[in-house]
Amino acid sequence: MRRSLLSTLKSWSQPRNLVIGVPYLWLLAFFAIPFVIVLKISFSWMQPIQPGYAPLLEWVEETRRLVVSFNFDNYQVLLRESLYVDTFLYSVKVAAVSTFWCLLIGYPMAYAIARSKPSTRNLLLMLIILPFWTSFLLRVYAWVGLLKTNGVINNTLLAMGLIDEPLTLLYTDFAVYVGIVYSYLPFMILPLYSNLEKHDLTLLEAAADLGARPFKAFFRVTLPLSMPGIVAGCLLVFIPAVGEFVMPSLLGRTDQLMIGTVLSAQFFGARNWPVAGAVAIVLLLVLLLPILLFQRYQRRELEAARR
Amino acid sequence: MKQRGWFRGTMLALGLAFLYVPILSMIVFSFNNSRLVTVWDRDNSPTLRWYARLLENDQLLGAAWISIKVAAMTASGAVILGTLAGVVLTRFGPFRGRAFLSAMTTAPLVMPEIITGIAMLLLFVALEQAIGWPSGRGILTITIAHITFAMAYVTVIVQSRLAGFDDSLEEAALDLGAKPATVFFRITLPLIAPALISGWLLAFTLSWDDVVISQFVSGPGSSTLPMEIFSRVRRGVSPDINALATLMVLVVAVGVVLSTLYMRREEQRRLREERMAHNDGNP
Repeated sequence: MRRSLLSTLKSWSQPRNLVIGVPYLWLLAFFAIPFVIVLKISFSWMQPIQPGYAPLLEWVEETRRLVVSFNFDNYQVLLRESLYVDTFLYSVKVAAVSTFWCLLIGYPMAYAIARSKPSTRNLLLMLIILPFWTSFLLRVYAWVGLLKTNGVINNTLLAMGLIDEPLTLLYTDFAVYVGIVYSYLPFMILPLYSNLEKHDLTLLEAAADLGARPFKAFFRVTLPLSMPGIVAGCLLVFIPAVGEFVMPSLLGRTDQLMIGTVLSAQFFGARNWPVAGAVAIVLLLVLLLPILLFQRYQRRELEAARR
Repeated sequence: MKQRGWFRGTMLALGLAFLYVPILSMIVFSFNNSRLVTVWDRDNSPTLRWYARLLENDQLLGAAWISIKVAAMTASGAVILGTLAGVVLTRFGPFRGRAFLSAMTTAPLVMPEIITGIAMLLLFVALEQAIGWPSGRGILTITIAHITFAMAYVTVIVQSRLAGFDDSLEEAALDLGAKPATVFFRITLPLIAPALISGWLLAFTLSWDDVVISQFVSGPGSSTLPMEIFSRVRRGVSPDINALATLMVLVVAVGVVLSTLYMRREEQRRLREERMAHNDGNP
């Protein structure tokens, strides 16, 4: 026992293992363990005093017993109260619709950049990334000014005589879609671009030689080849969008919340950390499959780059 | 074929307009005199009054200073940890727990911020209960949280840069008797230097921009600039935020243009040197 401990310590102090250990321990301590704590709290009872939740295991000195108190009600609440189910479904819907629009707008843009002259390509890419470097919050805020009842869009349309009354644009589903599509568009375009740029254009020439119209060649050659880029882009938009918090609170409806807003309200408003923990765990489970898919894509990309 | 080119150009132009019109509208209305923000006051505009008011706003300036400090510390920490992780994952071969490390470095890329934020806060609360550190929440906890999600981005950048080089140079140096640490500092690090610069800048921006995670792990008196902006914007639009946005766009635009010019010059220098080295070898 002692020798194995010693040899473990020895192998840890090897330079190689020290180098591995630094990022490993950091991520373990500040990324993996926090999730274990969330899981733990999601099964505990709420407690009015600090830290806000009761321990799962407690040694009671008087009775000399280890008291185990699990609370499954935090999860049952999520099924019982329609608020949570509704909110989850609504969040997934908003994320899916926004992802779809992102793809519809982003694909032609990525395609156009990938097929433009190499000299203009970098400039165009920079134009796509540039807004991303300016504050995301301020860009969402810009849309508040555009979409308001007396905002720029309504004022313009009124001045042009196209409408008689201002349209209700802000605090609608539409506004949330616009906000998400706007903020996440670069995340759709960049993986699509890096895929489309690698395509072998002689394939399209071959298709044309064999008599395929450009339209058909696109759907039979380019689109299937760009599938990995499409999947990566969609996941990069969809996953964070489900848990989006800023967009719905600045642009969204007040009668229909998204799960991020509910989570934050449970946490800061109701101060019910166990239920908030359960919501976070369920959200994580909902997103687990897409996250694993994305990781697989990321691994393949790196392997392809190495070859 | 010509028609298709026309279609592509139109889509690109529309897409870019979509990206830039909101930013342009903020810039234009930052010079608007009217308090109504989006109604142009023709008689008294353009004006700089919102810029003047911004400079008097100690709360916003203080928050900006906190944000700069946090972002600089985050970027430096994330570059160190992210580089280590990237090198370990591409150059160290198989080791126990490699798959787990790889998963932990890609998960933060897509993890919804609100989940990361809650998990971080609960960790800090539990740590404080257990060992008394970190006592309370503030700049330190924000920085730790930011480093954790920003290092994932640096890892990806470093990994893809390293994947672009084969390790023959490093192996040659090892064969010639250089110590692994020497090889890292003399060969690997210079090779991936551009990735480290862009990783630092990206980590800085991610931290500078973050509002959701900061909100969870900050304490009283440690509001970052995005947190201040968020609480103001929630109360409704205010003209000095337009001025702030304009200043930030200006700084970013200047920074990006300068760094692009610099990178282009460096790239050309590198190509020239490579050509010369090549010519030396083959007279």
